[in-house]
Amino acid sequence: MTQDRKTFVAWLQAAPMMLVFALFFLLPLLFVTIVSAWDYNEYEMIPAFSLRGYTDTFEGCIADLPNLCTILKTYLNTLKLCLLTWGLTLLIGFTVAYFLAFHVRSKTWQIVLTLLCTIPFWTSNVIRMIAWIPLLGRNGLVNRGLEGAGLIKQPLEWLLFSEFSVVLALVHLFTFFMVVPIFNSMIRIDKRLIEAAYDAGASGWQTLVNVIIPLTKPGIVIGSIFVITIVMGDFVTIGVMGGQQIASAGKIIESRLNALQFPAAAANAVILLGVTILIISALTRIVDIRKEL
Amino acid sequence: MSERRPRSFYFLAAFFSAYVLFLYGPMFAIYILSFQGPDGGLTFPMNGVSLVWFGKVFSGSGIVDIGAAFKRSLQLGLVVMVLTVVLSVSAGLAFRRSFRGATLLFYVAIASLIMPSIITSLGIALEFRLLDDFIIKSGAANWTTAMGLFTSGLGAHLTWTLPFGLLIMFAIFNRFDGRLEEAARDLGATPWQTFRHVVLPIILPSVVGIGLFGFTLSWDELARSSQTIGSVNTLPLELQGLTTTVTKPDIYALGTLTSAVSFLVILSALVVILVLQARQRRHGSDAGKGMV
Repeated sequence: MTQDRKTFVAWLQAAPMMLVFALFFLLPLLFVTIVSAWDYNEYEMIPAFSLRGYTDTFEGCIADLPNLCTILKTYLNTLKLCLLTWGLTLLIGFTVAYFLAFHVRSKTWQIVLTLLCTIPFWTSNVIRMIAWIPLLGRNGLVNRGLEGAGLIKQPLEWLLFSEFSVVLALVHLFTFFMVVPIFNSMIRIDKRLIEAAYDAGASGWQTLVNVIIPLTKPGIVIGSIFVITIVMGDFVTIGVMGGQQIASAGKIIESRLNALQFPAAAANAVILLGVTILIISALTRIVDIRKEL
Repeated sequence: MSERRPRSFYFLAAFFSAYVLFLYGPMFAIYILSFQGPDGGLTFPMNGVSLVWFGKVFSGSGIVDIGAAFKRSLQLGLVVMVLTVVLSVSAGLAFRRSFRGATLLFYVAIASLIMPSIITSLGIALEFRLLDDFIIKSGAANWTTAMGLFTSGLGAHLTWTLPFGLLIMFAIFNRFDGRLEEAARDLGATPWQTFRHVVLPIILPSVVGIGLFGFTLSWDELARSSQTIGSVNTLPLELQGLTTTVTKPDIYALGTLTSAVSFLVILSALVVILVLQARQRRHGSDAGKGMV
């Protein structure tokens, strides 16, 4: 086959996937951007240029100064949840990956234990959220246990349908996204480097900080991108675990949609997208993703 | 490193065990509670043991039309699985050569993976709404909507499963020995024969893995489905709706059933992968076995 024909075949092989992404990802994003600058009334969108979606969103932001307006408060709160989840998933994910990569010596055990961490990822997120109810509820195991031990007299109310339970569920659901890329970076570290550090007199801690963490950075960044983008746009976990009472960037879009205010929802989506892209581009400054696959 | 385990091993092993308990503990709590007696509530202790709540789910009393949602999710999951496998393998093959738009496709796939789901979902919903408006304005007065399980819903799920499929294909071909194909070509195999008899058998275990991802990710998908499914609901959407209204353990029974399907799929996929790998070892390389 000639070179031209070969590349044409390759192009044909990739075309179906390109088509799916064009129809169901790129085009929809374009529509979100366009519709965000449309006008709307109580029940339908009007295809005329208007920035009402944006101005409604930022309503009162200047007038209410120095108090923060709703949208800024919501974004700050989302960022707070995001940072908490990120810190915890990173800590847990790194430790778990470190154990799997450096302390489990047999290949078979490594596969079995990795699989053990992966299986929950293949089961339903909603069920894994509901699963906390019998533990954290008013009459749940935790409250009963604490009461039984005489540590508390009243059931703790903040265990469920609170920011605590939201972060707990997010960590529960998404630590997997940290473990996999970090583990992937760690098993590629040449073991001789660690031996060399050891021979040169480095303590375990020094090896960790000066050798392993720098070499694991790509995995850390990829995992962080996953966790941060998921939490920034999340509305399901925050909805279910927050008892539909906690506001977040994703939930704003959802509630605008339920009110059929499509341009306002689209405007919020554009804002969320902008914030997310800012965070990601800051993170990718640190590492080139393409090289790491 | 010496044979003796360092002290840090025991600390990390304990940490790992705690993490596994954290992963599985709550899930097992609801599996157990779904066998709650007829008078039991949403929390421990168990008030007798029964299958009442499973019966409630199957008979549909208390929960609206779960059977239909179950069937819909199953059908959609299977279609998504097949499409994910076919499109990912095909595109994976393409990426082994350079073609126009390769870099673009790669970045679009990554973007689709990490795009907040609510934005993708909203975009597809808008797209279909505008399409409907357009069709109605063009004169089809009886037109209702193009939105549905196997149009917008299917597309939404593919934006989520295809990136996983593509990344797995990258991982496969990074480790693939291209000399095997050259050997096949030298022996006169056509490109299709090379794929069918050389490449496919070697990558088959991983392709089953892609199928596993395709089905389970679709079966449990929620955020991207939320705005794109149309008038009907998938099982995860029904489940999410129930979290705010149900006060009886039937939601646990439904959760247990959904998980059972997931576990069944995971288990059969793993068995198939193991069987395929064993077969490869038996029929595989004869290197080092001396001259024939």
